[in-house]
Amino acid sequence: MSDSVDVSKGLPPNPEKATLEGKNKFLGFWVFLGGETIMFATFFGTFLGLREGTAGGPSAEELFSLPLVFLMTMLLLTSSLTSVLAMFSMKKNNFRNMIILTVITVLLGFGFLACEIYEFYEYVHHGGLGFTTSAFGSSFYSLVGLHGAHVTFGLFWFITLMIRYSRTGITLTNAPKFYVASLYWHFIDVVWVFIFTVVYLMSIGGA
Amino acid sequence: MSDDLSKPFSQSALSHEEILKINRERRIQITAFAFMIFLTLLAFLAVGMEMVEPGFTIPFILLLAVVQFVLQLFYFMHLKDKDHQWPNAFMMTGIVVATPAVIALVLLLGVTKY
Repeated sequence: MSDSVDVSKGLPPNPEKATLEGKNKFLGFWVFLGGETIMFATFFGTFLGLREGTAGGPSAEELFSLPLVFLMTMLLLTSSLTSVLAMFSMKKNNFRNMIILTVITVLLGFGFLACEIYEFYEYVHHGGLGFTTSAFGSSFYSLVGLHGAHVTFGLFWFITLMIRYSRTGITLTNAPKFYVASLYWHFIDVVWVFIFTVVYLMSIGGA
Repeated sequence: MSDDLSKPFSQSALSHEEILKINRERRIQITAFAFMIFLTLLAFLAVGMEMVEPGFTIPFILLLAVVQFVLQLFYFMHLKDKDHQWPNAFMMTGIVVATPAVIALVLLLGVTKY
């Protein structure tokens, strides 16, 4: 059975896939990510189809500001790197480093979330773009808000894992959990790459 | 076996070669990250400074996004690794369904209505 892993020499290489449970988590999570791709695609398609429909409300060019989006992109991209580095620490059985890097990831994620809340607040109260103002507003808030909800979920996921396993060290039970959370975080970053390109840059780029 | 599942380890079973391999892999990841930052900068500069010809801007930033998408998936999410055939299959399926979905929505909502 692949479930009987040799633990006599210490933490096995690739601890996230050392047990059958870990392998199954890994595989199942990729199925989920394939499905998420399709879900986000429908939201992107809806936004692209409806973005010209401003119904007399503010348009994308009037609202969006590149510096804020750039800052958000840098925050999320860097948090993706720290999450990758955390997984390297996990493979080396360096629990302390893994937790430190995950904490940095979470802090960067909260920075991103704060920027997004500020952005939405500005649009609603000073930009005059509510959720029901126009087709552009609805599809914009749905798409970017859905991504923000994913970020929020990912942050609480990381925090829960860190609290739950704060004292246990890296085990064969929690290694797959940390690994899968990190995969999720990368996926959020992948989606953001398309959001900043398709939603923000393409709107400002005059298409 | 089940007792071992929740026990921490005092050491890692990685051999010296494996540690060197992990360190090399990490260097590659950091290089990939630097490259992604560069691509992001390029995309923002292309739009913000209008450095690229107007008609060419959109295809250019879309191309940059696709390159970054591939880098993220293959390096940060390890899709390039040998034991990732099934994850590759799942992601390819997702992309194969997602692409016509986006095109259909853009055509149905955007072109037909407006």
